[in-house]
Amino acid sequence: MARFRLLDIAHGRSGDKGNHANIAIIAYTEADFAWLQQHLTAEVVERYFAPLQPSRVERYEVPNLRAFNFVLYNVLAGGASRSLRSDTQGKALALALLQMELDRA
Amino acid sequence: MKRIRIGNGCGFWGDNLDAPVQLAETGQLDYLTLEYLAELTMSILALQKAKNPEAGFATDFLEVLHRLVPILRKQPGLIIVTNAGGMNPRACAIQAQHLLAHAGLPRRIAIVHGDDLLPQLDNLFATGHTLNHLDNGTPLEAIRDQVVSANAYLGAKPIVEALRQGVQIVITGRVADASLTVGPAVQEFGWGFGVADLDRLAAGTVAGHLIECGAQATGGLWINANDSTHLENVGYPIAEIAEDGTFTISKPPHTGGAVNIETIAEQLLYEVADPRHYYTPDVVADFTTVELKQVQPDVVAVRGGTANGVTDTYKVSVSYRDGYMAAGTLVIAGPNAVWKARRSGEIILAKLRQAGLTFAQSDIEVLGAGDCVPGVIPAATDPPEVVLRVAVRDPRKAAVERFTKEFAPLVTSGFPGTTGYTTGRPPVREVFAYWPALIAKSAVKPIVEIL
Repeated sequence: MARFRLLDIAHGRSGDKGNHANIAIIAYTEADFAWLQQHLTAEVVERYFAPLQPSRVERYEVPNLRAFNFVLYNVLAGGASRSLRSDTQGKALALALLQMELDRA
Repeated sequence: MKRIRIGNGCGFWGDNLDAPVQLAETGQLDYLTLEYLAELTMSILALQKAKNPEAGFATDFLEVLHRLVPILRKQPGLIIVTNAGGMNPRACAIQAQHLLAHAGLPRRIAIVHGDDLLPQLDNLFATGHTLNHLDNGTPLEAIRDQVVSANAYLGAKPIVEALRQGVQIVITGRVADASLTVGPAVQEFGWGFGVADLDRLAAGTVAGHLIECGAQATGGLWINANDSTHLENVGYPIAEIAEDGTFTISKPPHTGGAVNIETIAEQLLYEVADPRHYYTPDVVADFTTVELKQVQPDVVAVRGGTANGVTDTYKVSVSYRDGYMAAGTLVIAGPNAVWKARRSGEIILAKLRQAGLTFAQSDIEVLGAGDCVPGVIPAATDPPEVVLRVAVRDPRKAAVERFTKEFAPLVTSGFPGTTGYTTGRPPVREVFAYWPALIAKSAVKPIVEIL
């Protein structure tokens, strides 16, 4: 088992739409894209962000970019206008996800 | 094949004022677009217009226009398309025209409006346009009295209509950001808006989406940006679009930043939900058919972006009054900084409770301890200092004002290491909440006028 972080095999960016956020995770290689397809599921991401209480997480595949787009619903504590947080627009969410630790055989 | 170069020199109101000048100076542009309107900018502009009928637009645009005068003199063919009109495109255009005339550059300016639904809101309700909240279905009438602004996102059609009349500047109210780019492409290439042209509209939409946030396509926010990226001199993006809808993204020569597969892929998915259905007033674009190829250093060729139909609705962005908020900070240094900061935040709220005040919502963040993404990223060690940030929201302005007075006392009555109280009491600001909705295109009449 090798332990690594998601940012070792992918990059990404996050942003907001109202009270929802999206996180794009883009694999550097086809092999890692295929691996992430199995291991970076919507459920895994939803569990990781559980402290932020998203109402649901959806994953869209974008194979032409070797990417996954995760939409985290109702995760921004009110969104850009109402949220009391520093990161009202979810700008830091992609970086948080990229710090996720993963194990690979 | 005919190609046109469209550069976007502004990604939001507050963006760098020199960027459009640098871009226009060396970008060999046919069109310069400038995007000013974030989701909630309209609420601020609506209140400004309510106070002063000559206000309510992005005043930064006039400052930019002033700086562009020498370039417009040298490049008389350069056409500017901007949504700086905000809630008051006419006032914006009159002032822009005045500014240019004063500089000896008479220009024909078109305004695009009809996006502002506020004056006809009750009429819309009466005719069955309920503007239900997109997420929960609540009819807008439920908060009618709190509504500050309601604008439909218009598409490229009225921009094309304006350009067809030979104007040099188009100033719009709310239009979809990508339509600022689609409009010029449609006009230059004679594309239509019918089924035969939907794929080209989708490609134009991809181009517009990629450049709409300015430097975010050219190295800004790029995960692998480093010292050699030279973001201090970041070049803003240029879409060079061909008649068949293929295009390249690049940036002006001798600028910092980077245009590569990574920066473009990151930006393509920025603020996107379902990549197969990117909704704009012009077309529903499918981003899963987009192909990216690095063809030169800092030049990425983009193919594809196909259509997935077209909708019969416009998106509407409503803002409404939702109380008041304030957020204050203190620096807490020394051993146990994280614990001291969290306790200090609790003390602030406890003191207010003792004074009989609780708030609709409050939040304590210890920045430096992982609270930017609270509970997800834990702080690894005991940091030498942290920033305590406490924020509240409440319908009562007076209560929020009282809250702002509880930070300074901790400098003497709190824990050792409490410092950084130099900015004074934090400001209280009114909260404008966001209400997304849809409206039938048939209920909205885009208007084009030439000044």
